[in-house]
Amino acid sequence: MELSKETLLEMYYAMLRSRRLDERAWVLHRQGKIVFHISGMGHEASHIGAAFALKPGKDWLAPYYRDLGLMLCFGLTPREFMLSLYGKKGEVSSGARQMPSHFGLRRGNVVSTSAPVATQIPHAAGIGLGMKMRGDDAVVLTCIGEGSTSQGEWYEGLNWAAVHKLPVICLVQNNQYAISVPSHLQMAVPNVADRAAAFGIPGLVVDGNDVLAVHRVMKEAVDRARRGGGPTLIESKTYRPVPHSSDDDDRSYRSREEVNEWKKRDPLLLFKAYLESQGYLPAAVNDDYERKAVAEVDDAQKFAEAAAYPEIEWALGPVYATEAHHA
Amino acid sequence: MPEMTLIEAIRQAMDEELARDDCVFITGEDVGPRGGVFRATQGLYEKYGPRRIIDSPLAELSIVGIGIGAALYGMRPICEVQFADFIFPAFNQILNEAARMFYRSGGEWQVPMVVRAPYGGGVGGGLYHSQSVEAFFAHIPGLKVVIPSNPKDAKGLLKSAVRDPNPVMFFEPKKGYRLIKGEVPEGEYTVPIGPANVSREGTDLTVFAYGIMHYYCLQAAEMAAKDGISVEVVDLRTLLPVDKATILSSVKKTGKALIVHEDNLTGGYGGEVAAIIAGEAFTDLDAPVKRLGGPDVPAVPFSHPLQDWFMPNPEKIARAIRELAAY
Repeated sequence: MELSKETLLEMYYAMLRSRRLDERAWVLHRQGKIVFHISGMGHEASHIGAAFALKPGKDWLAPYYRDLGLMLCFGLTPREFMLSLYGKKGEVSSGARQMPSHFGLRRGNVVSTSAPVATQIPHAAGIGLGMKMRGDDAVVLTCIGEGSTSQGEWYEGLNWAAVHKLPVICLVQNNQYAISVPSHLQMAVPNVADRAAAFGIPGLVVDGNDVLAVHRVMKEAVDRARRGGGPTLIESKTYRPVPHSSDDDDRSYRSREEVNEWKKRDPLLLFKAYLESQGYLPAAVNDDYERKAVAEVDDAQKFAEAAAYPEIEWALGPVYATEAHHA
Repeated sequence: MPEMTLIEAIRQAMDEELARDDCVFITGEDVGPRGGVFRATQGLYEKYGPRRIIDSPLAELSIVGIGIGAALYGMRPICEVQFADFIFPAFNQILNEAARMFYRSGGEWQVPMVVRAPYGGGVGGGLYHSQSVEAFFAHIPGLKVVIPSNPKDAKGLLKSAVRDPNPVMFFEPKKGYRLIKGEVPEGEYTVPIGPANVSREGTDLTVFAYGIMHYYCLQAAEMAAKDGISVEVVDLRTLLPVDKATILSSVKKTGKALIVHEDNLTGGYGGEVAAIIAGEAFTDLDAPVKRLGGPDVPAVPFSHPLQDWFMPNPEKIARAIRELAAY
C-alpha cells in the first residue's frame, strides 16, 4: 500500500520533532539544567517507520530507553518528556521516580520499563498471550538493542511468542555498540535476525536509516501478527551518532571518521532528501515544520522549568495497589 | 466440613478461581495433562483446556516474565515454579519488574499475579529440591509473601492471592502437601493476606512459625504441655506485609519468644521477627529472643540421617521450648 503524501509528511514531522526534542535534551544537559539524558538520535527511522505501521490506542508497546520517537507517536507529549528530564511532578511514566526515558504510558498502552535490559521481551510475550487468550485484534511491539539480545530473557520471551504464535513483533535496533562493546563481541552471527531460525519465526533485516524500508517490513510483520501468523523478528541496522548517554564519552571506543561517515546517512536527512526529490517538501514547508518543532520544544522546556518538584511524601508510595484496575 | 489435604485445598482454590474469573489462567512446567509434579493442578487441564492451563517451556524466568506481561494486559496469571529452588532465574523478573512495577509507574501499572512454589525439606530432595527461599522475597517491598500451614488457610489465602492487585509469592510446604490434613469450610470464603493467626493460646511463651514448621510447633507445644509449659503458637501466614500487632501483643502477654523456621538461621526471616520484638517489646521480655532455624550450611543434604540432622522437627522445637521456659 502506497503511503499518501500527507502521511509521508506526518512521518517526516514526527522524526523532526523527536530529533529537535532530543537535541534540546543534550543542550540542557550541557547547560547543567538536567542531570541525565539517554538519546534516541539516529534511531528515528526505526521509531517512526514502526509506529506508522501500528495503531496507537489499540496496539501495545513494550519499549526500551531509546524509543523517544515511538513514544511521541504513542501519545507522549514533549511537555511530558521534559518533565521526565527535569524530574518534575506530574511526570507520566513514573511520577519522576524513574530516570528519564524509562518509558511507560498507561493511556497509550505503553507498559512501564526498567533499566535491566531485555526484561520487556517476556512481558511483550505475556501481553501477546493475553491478546490471544481474549481474541483481541491487537499486536504488541517490543524494542531492544542488539547488545541486549545476548540476554536469556530475549530468548525465553521470543521462544514463548514463537511456540504460541503470539502477535508479537520484536524490533531490534542494531546501532552496533552496546555502550562501547561492538556487535562482533556480542554474537558470532552477522545479523541478529539470523537467530530467528532458532525460534522458527521470520527474521528480517532492514536498513534502519530508511524510514520507508522500516515501515514496509513492519507493515508485513503487523499484518502477519494480526491475522494470527505469529511473531516476527526485525533487525533495523542503524547507528547511534551520539554517546550512549550523557555520562558516556564515545571517543574512547570509536573513531570520529566512523561517526562522521554515518552522519552522512542520518535518517532524517535521507528522508528529507527523498521528500524533496518527490517535490513534497518545498523549503518553505520545511521551514514551517522546523519552526513548529522548535516552538513545541521551547514550550515543553518552559513548562517543565516552571513545574513543581514532587512532594517528599510521593517517595513513600503507594507501594501496593489497593484496588484492581479494570483492563 | 470436609477434611482434605493441603494440596487438595490448593487445587480446589485454583479450580474455584478458574471457574469464577475467565481472566485467571495457570502456567508452569507440567501443569497440563500431567497435572503438576505434585498434582496441584490435577484435573484442571481436562476441565479448563489448553487455553487456560498452559504447559510452559522449561524456563522459569519466562514463566514469571510471561505472567507479568499477561497481568499488565489485565489477565490473572497463576505461575507455578516447580520447586522454589528453581525460582532464581526468575528473581530479576520478580524483584525488578513485578515488585517495582506499581511504584515505578507512579501507580499506573499493576501486576496482579501469583507465583506458587513448593518449598522446604524433609522429602529426600537434597540440595536442590528442599530449599526455603522466603527470606529473599520478604526483603522486597511491593511483593506479598504468603506461606500457609493448613488446608483451610491455604485455600482461603490462595483465593485472596489470585484476587489481589499485587504480585503475591505463595510458598507451599511440600512436605505438608499430603501430611497436613484439616477441615475446610464448604462454600465460598477467603482468608485475608496480612493477619497472623494465634493458633494456640498459652501463657508461658510464644512460638512463631509458618508453613510446616507451624505444624511441628503445634506438636511441640503439645509435648511441652505435658511438662507443664503453656505455649502460645502464632502462625505468621503472611511474611510480607508482616503482622506486627499480633506478634507484639502475643509477646507482651507471654514475655518470651521463640521463632522457628527451617531456612538457614543467618539472615532468615526469624531475624526480622526478633528485631520487631527487640525494638518494640523490649521491656516486656523475660528472656532473650530465641531462634531455631536450619543450620548455616548451603542447603539440605540428601542422605537420610544428614537430612534429619538439618531439619527442625517437633522434638528439636520442644527442646528449644523447654530451654526458653527454663530461662
